[in-house]
Parts: sequence; C-alpha cells; structure tokens
Amino acid sequence: MFDKEKTARLKQRQREWEEKTEAKLAKAPERQTTFQTLSEIPVKRLYTPADLPDLDYEKDLGFPGEFPFTRGVQPTMYRGRFWTMRQYAGFADAEESNRRYKYLLEQGQTGLSVAFDLPTQIGYDSDHPLAQGEVGKVGVAIDSLRDMEILFEGIPLDRVSTSMTINAPAAVLLAMYIVVAEKQGVSSQNLNGTIQNDILKEYTSRGTYIFPPQPSLRLITDIFAYCSREVPKWNTISISGYHIREAGATAVQEVAFTLANGLAYVEAARRAGLEVDVIGPRLSFFFNAHLDFFEEIAKFRAARRLWAKLMKERFGAKDPRSMTLRFHTQTAGCSLTAQQPRNNIIRVAFQALSAVLGGTQSLHTNSMDEALALPSEEAVQTALRTQQLIAYETGVADTVDPLGGSYYVEHLTSVIEDQAMEYIRRIDELGGAAAAIEKGFIQKEIQESAYRYQKAVEEGRRIVVGINKFQVKEPPPKGLLRVDPRVREHQVRKLKEVKDNRDGQKVAAALARLKEAAQGTDNLMPPILEAVRAYATLGEICDTLRSVFGEYTAAAIV
Amino acid sequence: MTTDRKIRVLAAKPGLDGHDRGIKVICHALRDAGMEVVYTGLRQTPEQIVATAVQEDVDVIAMSVLSGAHDYLFPRVMELVREKGLSDVLVIGGGIIPEEDIPALKAAGISEIFGPGTYTKDIVEYIRKNVKRPGG
Repeated sequence: MFDKEKTARLKQRQREWEEKTEAKLAKAPERQTTFQTLSEIPVKRLYTPADLPDLDYEKDLGFPGEFPFTRGVQPTMYRGRFWTMRQYAGFADAEESNRRYKYLLEQGQTGLSVAFDLPTQIGYDSDHPLAQGEVGKVGVAIDSLRDMEILFEGIPLDRVSTSMTINAPAAVLLAMYIVVAEKQGVSSQNLNGTIQNDILKEYTSRGTYIFPPQPSLRLITDIFAYCSREVPKWNTISISGYHIREAGATAVQEVAFTLANGLAYVEAARRAGLEVDVIGPRLSFFFNAHLDFFEEIAKFRAARRLWAKLMKERFGAKDPRSMTLRFHTQTAGCSLTAQQPRNNIIRVAFQALSAVLGGTQSLHTNSMDEALALPSEEAVQTALRTQQLIAYETGVADTVDPLGGSYYVEHLTSVIEDQAMEYIRRIDELGGAAAAIEKGFIQKEIQESAYRYQKAVEEGRRIVVGINKFQVKEPPPKGLLRVDPRVREHQVRKLKEVKDNRDGQKVAAALARLKEAAQGTDNLMPPILEAVRAYATLGEICDTLRSVFGEYTAAAIV
Repeated sequence: MTTDRKIRVLAAKPGLDGHDRGIKVICHALRDAGMEVVYTGLRQTPEQIVATAVQEDVDVIAMSVLSGAHDYLFPRVMELVREKGLSDVLVIGGGIIPEEDIPALKAAGISEIFGPGTYTKDIVEYIRKNVKRPGG
C-alpha cells in the first residue's frame, strides 16, 4: 500500500523513535511492561505504515460490496439504511411476548428476534417432566401452531423480518411460521427472517442439541433445500460465534470456530447435492461484540475477508453473494456485571459502536440488568436508544468503514485473520468441525481460554470495573422482571385444549408420514409442515424424530 | 477414612440450561485447589444428581443454573438430598439468581448462593471452611 523506499526510511525512523522513547521509560514508565488485547494479541506502542509492509489495498481491502469485502458487504452501507435494530425478546407465554413485540415495534425497533424457552429449544412440550421449572423462563413457550398464531397476532409477517433463535427443532418452528403467514395471506416467497439452525455450536457452547450430528446436519440441509425453492429470502442459518465467545473463546477462536462450522455446513450441503452458489447467499452469521474496542472492529473485518476467500478458493463460489459474510451482532452478555448494573449501559454502548464500525447488518444491545434477570421494559428501552443514538447522533454511520486504513486496525485485522486461518487448518487436519467437536478439541480450547481469563481477573491483571476495582456497597437492585410461575399451568391448559380440539387421526397420519420420511431420505420439511398444520405439538414432532434419529449425549469434558 | 482424603465435589448442571462456562471454570479452579471434582455434564434431573452424589460419595454438591429454574430445581435437589440421608453433604449453588430468591433457597437447605462476578478462590475458601466432613 505504501511506497517501498519510503517504508524502509520510515522503518529506520520508527526504530530511532522507539529507542529514544525507550530511553525515557526509566523516568516515566508506561502503565504496564507489556500490553495485549483481550484475546492476548500483543499491542505495540505505535503503529505506522511500516507495520503493514505487505498490505495491498486492492487485494486486501478493496471496495465496499466487492471482494474480499473487508470494508463492508454493501457499497453504501449505512448511508443507504441503518443496520436492523433487533432486540432479542420473549418470555412467559405467547400472549405476553406478543405484547412485548408490539411495544418494541412501537419504540422504533425494525426487526423481531424471538427468544424461546428451553423446553421449546429442546423439543419438549410444556407438560413434559423435564420442562418443570423452565417453562417461559428464558423465552417464550411454544407447544403448537396455536401458540405461534398468538405470538404473531396483529403483526403483519410480510412487513417485518423475524429472527428466531432456534436450532435443533428449527425446521418445526420455521414450519409454524410459514403456516401462520399462510393464514395471514402471506406467501412463503415473501417471508424475511432468519433461523439460527446452527447445531454444531450447540454441541460446544450452547447446549440445546437434541439429535446426534449426522441427522442434525440432514435436517439443516433439508431446510436449505426446501427454502431455496419455497422461502427464497429466508436466511436459513445463522452461523454463530456469539455463544462460542460467551463460553470463553477469544476473538480469534470465535472467528475460527464459527467459520470452521460454516465450512462444515457448506460441505454437508454439497454432499446433499446443493450447489455452493444456491446455498451460499442464504448463509448468515452472528458474532459477539466484546469489550476490546479495536480488536472487535478488526475481528468483524477479518471474518468478512477470510470467509470471502474460503468460499471463493475452497468451494469455487462464483456468485459474490456467496462470498459475503452478512452478520448479526449482540453485545457481550458475559461482560455485564451484576455489580453497579448501570455501568453496563456504558459497556454496551462501546460494544455496539464497535459492531457498527465493524459493519454489522443487525444489532442487539443488551440491557443493563441482564446479569441479574431477564430485561425489564425500561432497561430494554435504554438499550434500544443506545443504538438509535449511535445511528442518529454520532455521525459514525455516514461514511463506509471509517476505520479502514487505521494502521492499528489493519494490523489487527491481518493478525486475527492469520491466526484464525491457522486454527482452521488444525481443524481441517482433525477432519473438519464435526470431528474436532467429537474429539473435544474445540471444547477444550474454549475452556482453557475461559479459565485463563478468570485467573487474569482474579489476579488483578484484567480490570473489571466494579468487580476488582472501584467496588461500592450497594443495595439489591429493584424492579427486576419475574416470570409468573403460573405460566406453566396456563401453557399446559392451552396444550390440552389444542389436543382436545384437533383431528387426532390427522395428527397420527401426519406423524406416521414424518417417521417414514425420517427413515428414508425424503426432505423432511413437507411432512413437518403437514404435522404442524394438523396441530401436532412440537414435542410430538420431535419425539417422532427422536424415535428414528436417537438422542445426542455429550461427554462431560472438563 | 483417613484425614488426608481430598474433598470430593460433584459439579452439577440441573435442568435444561446449557450455560456451562461458569461451572467448568469452577471445576478447573477446585481441581487446582487440590479437590477431586466430578462433573455431571448438562441436563441432569435432580434425581440423577443426587444418585451421582451417592455413588461418588461426594462431600459437596455445587450446582449452577442460569435459566431461572433454580426456584424449582434447587429445593427439589435438597428434598432428595434429605430423602437419601445425605445430611453431611454441603450443597451450594450459583448462576443468575435474584437476591430476593436467596432466603427461600437457603431455607430449603442450600448453604450458600454465589452470583456473577464471584471469585473462584472465594468458593474454594467457602468449601474448605464449611465442608461437613473435612478430609472425609
């Protein structure tokens, strides 16, 4: 990027400057003898063009909307329109969550993001013994199409985009969404949204798996194939680094393990006979925005560049849309403190800013009280306002990739890309992401990082404001949201009503057809849709699949 | 039993919650502090946890729940602990647990609740001080 002769001269000057500066350190020492990012990448005193000797503008950065997409996936980015402001929400039952969605839309939110409770995520109805204590707690309970109808009552599905954090039973919830849209008179061709549908990270980081890896991958590729024809605008997967990071991974590991999972999905789709340029454009990603500001911005840029190269070089993608890494971001839940919760507003603001400067397509900002409970309405409003402030008041959205060309950010972008690629090579050697997970490699790497971080905090090498510095005595927080414990009874009653009022023979026939399809190789989406239309419950559908696929049991690796 | 027997801890994840970063960090820290740790893995029923505690002859059960289901799961584990006559086992819990829930959990027999931001060394110290059969 820079003139060779000039760079050589600059290097010489920089060395002289470093020597001069070092000489003064005895008198005026720096705060630390060494500096490093949150992910332990060494940080130098100063970055200059001499730190980017090989950077080739056209090859490594290019233009927004063009390969390798380092500067962004669209030519105009936020000058065209802002990122989608999408707050993850859902709790108690469909009635309560429907009210919260309408509130968020009234507040200027531009997309919905559905949180399901754990029984729903693991394919149990609310009356299942294992659902005790969990119904409606971390999200909304959905047992049948009836609940889904209530959840989106009065929300026109052709006018919102909806993201659903659902993985193992993603096909069932997507089918319910399609049927609710049908009932609103909206064709599946016009539906916009995302299902997470990323099972591999469930085995390593999030824990809501049901089936073993192979049938899980088949469900995923069946969804890819079905949606490519019937729900063409849908993002059929959101390959998620968010939870990998929350589980303790570094920024480099987050990029590496997420993209390695992405490669595994593309490979599975190709084995199922799908062309890379058919599924490539529908893949989306989900990252964490953590505390280290510049490292995070660099991480997003590095992920974009590396994915573009992998899709082009490894899979021979031709369609530029197959090479673009479009992503949602959520600020880091694990960085929030239960102590002095108002400090979290500030943390979230910086994290959100890094996501915007990193070129995110949509964003969830955490609420200040999330280390304590589910967010209250007031806390959610402040979180959403944080995004609106960044968008409308700071001016950072008025030019594309404003930090492109920063010597430090470009240096970090390259380091993260190189180190992530090094991990991907190791995972390739282990036989790909699924094999690396079976061998426990990814889990161990994440755990070691988590433990190293904890030790750094406890030994005072990492400062967390309010935890190991600037602590105060404070009264217990007030106004936390509590889920009404009667939600389970209400759900169980609704479930019984649904079962009493449906055509039992139709349900049995639909489930029998689903079983047959699961035993064979037919696409599972049509029989799942049929079962959903007959008001078969989520638990019944998942049990049918369990009877064919079996269940995954994780080895307890520590 | 000899007095140099290590403290044995069952680290447990009751319910459907998949957040295991905290419990795994604690497993590492307790091991580094010289304790023997058995980790159950995810999705354990209270019955499974107590059965494992009996089978592994542990001195401590340390549970983690971040889904909000502690209000059902922790007291249920305590019921079974009493049923099985494990009154000499120290039971502690942690996770995302609102302060106002703590009195009821303690009344149910959970000795201590550790929230976000807790140092692992404080948990180690708490176990050493309060274990009911120190050194077995």
